[in-house]
Amino acid sequence: MTQTAQTYDIAVIGAGVIGCAIARRLTLEGARVVVLEKAADILDGASKANSAILHTGFDAPKNSLELACVQEGYREYETLHAQFNLPLDRCGALVLAWSAEQEARLPELMEQARANGVDDVAPLTGTETLALEPNLNPNVRAAFRVPRESLIDPWSAPHAYLLQALLNGATLKRNCAVSGGSFDGAIWTLDTTQGSLQAGHVVNAAGLYGDRIDAALLGQTQFTIRPRKGQFVVFDKMAAGLARHILLPVPTATTKGIVVCRTVWGNLLVGPTAEDQDDRDTACLETETLHMLHAKGAEILPALAQEEVTSIYAGLRPASEHKDYQIRAHAGRNMVTVGAIRSTGLSSALGTAAHVARLLQGQGHTPAPLPAPHVPRMAMLAEDGSRDWQAPGNDGMLCHCERVTWREARASLADPLAPNTLAGLKRRTRATMGRCQGFYCGQAVQDLLAEGTDA
Amino acid sequence: MSNLPEIVDALIVGAGPAGLSAAAELRRLGVGRVVVLEREATPGGIPRHCLHSPYGLREWKRLMFGPAYAKRLVREAEGAGAEIRCQTTVTALHPGGEVDVSTPDGPRRIRGRVVLLALGARESPRAARLIGGTKPGGVMNTATLQSFAAFSKHRPFHNPVILGSELVSFSALLTCRTVDARPVAMLEPGPEITARGVMAMAPRAMRVPLLLNTRITAIHGRAQVNGITVETNDTSRDIACDGVVVTGGFRPENALLRAAGLALDPGSLGPRVDQYGRVTDPAYFSAGNVLHPIETAGWCWDEGRRVARCMAAALNGSLPPRDAATPLAVTGVRQGDALAYALPQEICAPATQAVPAFDRVQMRLRQPFSGQVRVQGQSHWIASRPERRITVPLHPTPEAL
Repeated sequence: MTQTAQTYDIAVIGAGVIGCAIARRLTLEGARVVVLEKAADILDGASKANSAILHTGFDAPKNSLELACVQEGYREYETLHAQFNLPLDRCGALVLAWSAEQEARLPELMEQARANGVDDVAPLTGTETLALEPNLNPNVRAAFRVPRESLIDPWSAPHAYLLQALLNGATLKRNCAVSGGSFDGAIWTLDTTQGSLQAGHVVNAAGLYGDRIDAALLGQTQFTIRPRKGQFVVFDKMAAGLARHILLPVPTATTKGIVVCRTVWGNLLVGPTAEDQDDRDTACLETETLHMLHAKGAEILPALAQEEVTSIYAGLRPASEHKDYQIRAHAGRNMVTVGAIRSTGLSSALGTAAHVARLLQGQGHTPAPLPAPHVPRMAMLAEDGSRDWQAPGNDGMLCHCERVTWREARASLADPLAPNTLAGLKRRTRATMGRCQGFYCGQAVQDLLAEGTDA
Repeated sequence: MSNLPEIVDALIVGAGPAGLSAAAELRRLGVGRVVVLEREATPGGIPRHCLHSPYGLREWKRLMFGPAYAKRLVREAEGAGAEIRCQTTVTALHPGGEVDVSTPDGPRRIRGRVVLLALGARESPRAARLIGGTKPGGVMNTATLQSFAAFSKHRPFHNPVILGSELVSFSALLTCRTVDARPVAMLEPGPEITARGVMAMAPRAMRVPLLLNTRITAIHGRAQVNGITVETNDTSRDIACDGVVVTGGFRPENALLRAAGLALDPGSLGPRVDQYGRVTDPAYFSAGNVLHPIETAGWCWDEGRRVARCMAAALNGSLPPRDAATPLAVTGVRQGDALAYALPQEICAPATQAVPAFDRVQMRLRQPFSGQVRVQGQSHWIASRPERRITVPLHPTPEAL
């Protein structure tokens, strides 16, 4: 054990979207924050793959903590996105009924939405639905519209949160896994793969490993992570014109079902599946499932049958045996656990962070908000946003399919949150994420990354 | 952006074999300003990174490697007086030959009195093939492997598996040697290799096991590939490797065409052209592999030249109206079944002053076929296989026969 342990006010374990948002919030409240991420890059666990939707919480369980965090997070994102230059596509969602039984459930789902404070939901007949979405399978019977369900960039947003924390004094340690720790009544000492460090408070935002971190630090856990895999297929930009809204099915008791929606990058995605598994690290794609998703997409939007899949991915949700989020302040231990953020983490992150900050105050952490914090301005990656390739001095295009410029890619590598993996560079710039999947630019992108990370 | 577009006589999109040979030919025919737009930093197209032969036989009766061939194409075009602009990406096609481009200095608009779309083709990637497993590094198309060999000091892998047995798959095999990689196997889902000719000898010569009737079912590994699962006759097994080269399955680079609403052939996925090479907007012509994935560089070079002559004729006003075109009449084999596509897709009443770029109909099969096929009323006996190019004479007016 090192003699010169570094000391912080707060250690946040895990740099997923939740950890990034918490680090931002606590840094802005004046704390010296360190973020510990076991992977080579941030957003490497549950946060690397989701459906990129900013939810209103219309279908969240009534009176749940999840609902409260999603709604607080939604409101803060609405006020923040413009200053960070983050996209927000207020496309709205349609919950579609394809059978008489599903149609019969629409009123109860609308009632739930209204009870959740989402009072602008509106019923639609089949004809009205088809008028809004003319490419939809004409067998649709009825629907209701949730106007404020929106699309966002699932990677630029958490990058912005953590970047703001770093620009205002926070520290990020990557490749830094926490193996254990002890609390002496005032200070935590955490053992990590990069030595030990000390912090006044600990926030466990370890996602798929949240229960393990609780066990390692507290000797017990109140939830068990049950990873739930979701596979997706993504179609090329031509398919994005087939749907305006986020197209949702009527949920069942076990799953919200398979969504068809555009992305802010101008693609169309179909997914996710919901498959329980034990493995916390690997989300394996299965050819049969990918074919099923393509077919499912074509059932909803028949023209998708002719479209080629551009990209495939799978993610793991940190679900648990509980329905609701497991967020707890551990009395007398200066620690907050943020666990089982099963599928709405992207939507709720800012709200969850605010909730965690309040819990820490209850544990004696005193905020001292920064008077004039730095605000990062992110590279706009949304298809209809103002992109770098449209500006002079962009150094030319590196990735033609996604129109990523050399200037953007180099800027990403020079950023305080510079990527150190190909996946990280892709998430930050979208290079190689398009229809050719690196056929043209794959080598140039990998060489650029190698130069950037050697330097 | 300035409001008025730059206007040139002939605008060529794509500086590969088809585009560059067209540029040279247009200048030779006396067309004034010929500008070639290329989105890459250097012109030449795919041959730039093909570090092997054979190139140049049809064109210059010389056996050349890809990079030398690409340089020669550039020299011929520039020597004839064409201007090549690199790092210039066409972002949209507008009716009448006006295009939006993106340059390092920002957006521009250019109008060609005639425009050639020589956009090329690309291999289909792992994702489009819905190959399961994880998403590690080391999975790439042949072109990316070739780019590593030609442009990079980095080595993408040491012991890859090669998926497919098209002609390009053997290029992948040969390219492995230049990046000090030893392929561990070549996989072909069918009962025999797709390519024909001497290339088919390469796996044995290089002592790479050729696994027929074998398909990949999953890719494994986190940062880098560490193995794959394959299935042969319903038996699964794992093969250790650190890379996967996903070869062939070429598709035209057609996104600009689709976005512009130009009619595509559902079989080739390239634009529908008439015998003069015109797409459905007669300001635009097309040549090369965007029409027909995939033919050799020499074939594309020749086609570029032929279509260029029609572009020159269009500038002289000697092409017949495009809108009177009728679909090419093919019976006896159905598109979508055995027939992949037949090119040109549309036939105009012939003009006496202009020689068609396509004096023969080019066809490709999706599956082996033998039988009597009628093309524009003329009967042909066809017995062939998917990897073979089939051509029959084109008779523009069937009723005249």
